Amino acid sequence: MLQNVIIGQYYPASSPLHRMDSRSKLIAAFFYLFIVFLANNWITYGLLIAFTAVTISASKVPLRFLYKGLKPILILVVFTMLLHIFLTKEGDVLYKAGWLEIYEGGVIQGIFIAMRLLLLVLMTSLLTLTTTPIDITDGLEHLLGPLKKWKLPVHEFALMMSISLRFIPTLLQETEKIMKAQMARGADFTSGPIKERAKAFVPLLVPLFVSSFKRAEELALAMEARGYRGGEGRTRLRALEWHNRDTFALVLLILLTISLFLLRS
Amino acid sequence: MNLDIPDETFLALIGHTGSGKSTLIQHLNGLLKPSAGSIKMGETLLEAGGKKQDLKPLRKKAGIVFQYPEHQLFEETVEKDIMFGPRNFGMAEEEAKNTASRVIEMVGLPQTVLSKSPFDLSGGQMRRVAIAGVLAMNPEVLILDEPTAGLDPAGRVEIMDLFYDLHQKNKLTTVLVTHSMEDASKYADEIAVMHKGELYLHGKPSEIFNERKALQEAGLDVPETVQFLLKWNEKSGQNLSLSDFTIEELAKSLGQALKKRGS
Repeated sequence: MLQNVIIGQYYPASSPLHRMDSRSKLIAAFFYLFIVFLANNWITYGLLIAFTAVTISASKVPLRFLYKGLKPILILVVFTMLLHIFLTKEGDVLYKAGWLEIYEGGVIQGIFIAMRLLLLVLMTSLLTLTTTPIDITDGLEHLLGPLKKWKLPVHEFALMMSISLRFIPTLLQETEKIMKAQMARGADFTSGPIKERAKAFVPLLVPLFVSSFKRAEELALAMEARGYRGGEGRTRLRALEWHNRDTFALVLLILLTISLFLLRS
Repeated sequence: MNLDIPDETFLALIGHTGSGKSTLIQHLNGLLKPSAGSIKMGETLLEAGGKKQDLKPLRKKAGIVFQYPEHQLFEETVEKDIMFGPRNFGMAEEEAKNTASRVIEMVGLPQTVLSKSPFDLSGGQMRRVAIAGVLAMNPEVLILDEPTAGLDPAGRVEIMDLFYDLHQKNKLTTVLVTHSMEDASKYADEIAVMHKGELYLHGKPSEIFNERKALQEAGLDVPETVQFLLKWNEKSGQNLSLSDFTIEELAKSLGQALKKRGS
């Protein structure tokens, strides 16, 4: 019942975007978050949409799949759009009924804000859809590497992240197993008043905590037994490689930024 | 697949990893619902697409001991944990307490364990407490999913003997999921072999062991005693019956065979 939960939402495929270095993708996505705010007229938004559309098609992620990921935030997008349409009072009045007045500026503003949100979410979901969680963690560790100078335990954070990601499926499996075992003993997780239902989760949570602690201890022991000493001087099985396509992508992004600066009003 | 388990039988369900054994037993008490076909358990009928029904009576009737059952312990004391099942099925507190002290003896632990925390016990003891928790529900059908996995040889024999005793004394119907042909040959009245989600062979142990080729195709083999008998027959030219496959019977028939040869 729980195996349908997808976390990280990686879409396996072989596309130029999948093959890009996770560092360049992280930088690009982060950079994109800022330049989206440069757009303020039809031309600049058009440019951003075109750029995003090209990126999506280069990623080979089916639109249906993207739409599924967008669904939860669509409500938010529509809500902000309506808020702007009703509350912004600029330009000519387009429609008037009693106290309700809709201005041209409001409609335009509503569309722009909705597009901005959509573009932001699309680009960031593309990052997680085309990069495995492990690659993202590796990339982050590299990019945050300079912070080690200020004694920030960057490697340890990255390790924590990859360990948690690794154990999500295990934990889900175990939850299902223990749920079934308790249901076989007559536990009921789905009916009854809320207070009773909350109580019913104790027999599920206690075993889960116990086994998680046990597993953490075993993992720590296994790592120590194999001589793990942290990130110092550690080499990698899968080294990150910066290719020409990564440089090309970043150059493209810089060109986009320059054009946005030139075309914005 | 079509499988009928008569009352009071000890059925061993054998199959390679991923052959569908665990899926099958989870259907037996409604943890999984059939997507096609139906399951009849005593009075209760579970059908594909059937309407929701109260599964508690069914779950009380069929107790499942899952693999590594010690993972399901959660209460502060062993007694409370054993009482969890009976209390869920509506037994009064006093009665549940009495049941707890009764079943703890059944699984071979002293009464003093009842007041301890289950997490202070050894792995083997925890397993016994968890089994006691299932027995406390007083099930008519006992479903065991590899109950001896991860135990030492002595613990294995003890636990299996315990289940066999219960099976005979309380006239239970027992379904034992196992990898071990040895266990199956020792305890089971019937053996069902599963392969790739289908019922592959079903019959009395002696019938199953005659199908060595078929068993090997399913990634299994006959137990060691039968392997020995087959070799013996081949080398000596005698024809000892394959149905004498427990160690005791094997020893007896070997003794007779040797006497025959000597005379």
